Amino acid sequence: MKKIFVSAIIVIMAIAVSNVASAQCKNFAKKICKLELLPYVHDGIYNATVLSEGETAELYKTFYAGQEYRVTVCGDENLPPIQFQVLDAERNVLYDNKKHNYAKSWDFKLQSSKQLIISIQVQTSDELNDQILSGCVAVLVGFMNIENTFNQNK
Amino acid sequence: MKFKSKIFSMLMIAALGAFSLFFTNCSGDKTNADNQLEDTLSINDEFNKAKQVIYGIPSPIETAMLMKRAGAKFNQDYLNPLSNLTNYTTTRNMALNLGVYSADLSFASMFDQSQLSIKYLSATKKLADDLGILNAIDKSIITRMENNINNRDSVMEIISETFMNSNMFLKENDRGEIAAIILTGGWLEGLYIGVQIVKNTAQNKELMERIADQRLSLNTLISLLGEYKNDANVQAILPHMERLKKVFDKIQASSSKMEVVEKDGKNIITSTSEIKFTPEVFEELAAVITEIRSNIIK
Repeated sequence: MKKIFVSAIIVIMAIAVSNVASAQCKNFAKKICKLELLPYVHDGIYNATVLSEGETAELYKTFYAGQEYRVTVCGDENLPPIQFQVLDAERNVLYDNKKHNYAKSWDFKLQSSKQLIISIQVQTSDELNDQILSGCVAVLVGFMNIENTFNQNK
Repeated sequence: MKFKSKIFSMLMIAALGAFSLFFTNCSGDKTNADNQLEDTLSINDEFNKAKQVIYGIPSPIETAMLMKRAGAKFNQDYLNPLSNLTNYTTTRNMALNLGVYSADLSFASMFDQSQLSIKYLSATKKLADDLGILNAIDKSIITRMENNINNRDSVMEIISETFMNSNMFLKENDRGEIAAIILTGGWLEGLYIGVQIVKNTAQNKELMERIADQRLSLNTLISLLGEYKNDANVQAILPHMERLKKVFDKIQASSSKMEVVEKDGKNIITSTSEIKFTPEVFEELAAVITEIRSNIIK
């Protein structure tokens, strides 16, 4: 009987912790990660999730010709570094932040519109630890608000 | 003893509730994972080991920016009239038209239509409230918008924030299908406005290309909606998207391999592409999007 009681408490605590983690993720994306996008305008789409070390996520998105973009990937400070790669549709690597000291952002523009994949992986910790680290990871996309320079035929 | 037993029963009910919630979420994740695999395979014929696949759909702000960059001119006639607002009473209509009005709001703001932007922001607030999206657009946001109406950067920031608030609220409350329907409405309205601009102005190659590019986003949008294919509202929308896809598939496109080069301190992903978008296909696309859109806003 006591065991069931303890189990029930543990489950309730686990649910509560998961809800807190979710709310923290929301605040993390909105208040911390979004600042990394500046001076680019955030596109308004919320992409954040709780990932553990070694886990991956991928964002599929069409990026348009001529538009200047910034992709920002940031993770909770308790997490090991987050690797992100920008891949084309055939999964050829166009950018790898691991080669740039795990930079949080990459700015680019395209000559022609393309669908790209932003592949994210939480690296595994080097420290000997029984606990698997997990935390919020957000991937945000921003674009530069540039005035129209195109001369429309009248 | 009786009291102890009552507490124990209550705890058990709470625990069972928590367990059922936990397993509902797990099975939801499993279903999503299966759908994601199917959808990923349809995008790329390669097994994908990612824990999560996220489908990035252009937000109304991005679409409005693309149109502005491509040389579009503002015309209020392209927008969904505010007088239609009271027509939307079902969840599907409210969600689709929240997307439509968000696109109209972004379009009006991008072209410095101050008073109109505030009116469209109020319309999006009403629909967000009716959909139970709490605090996405509160009174303070409308006041902030009024105070910053002449600063386009601030206005875009406010719109981005309201969109993110709605998006976050729906995803955090397991209402991802509503978020997907809102994005669909916004994407359809952006496509409709783009098509109207092309039809009513002199030839604009860049805008035509951006419209043709929407075939790429449509594939992603269909994959996103596919994640919620068991939802009745999504089921009602998917055939329209498939119909649009059939038209977009008539656009012939080819492109060269991508490479990253640095020019003037900027990373440019180079790749040439050739798009064959005939006037006949454009006319067909214009007819289909106009019909779908008029059914949504009526």
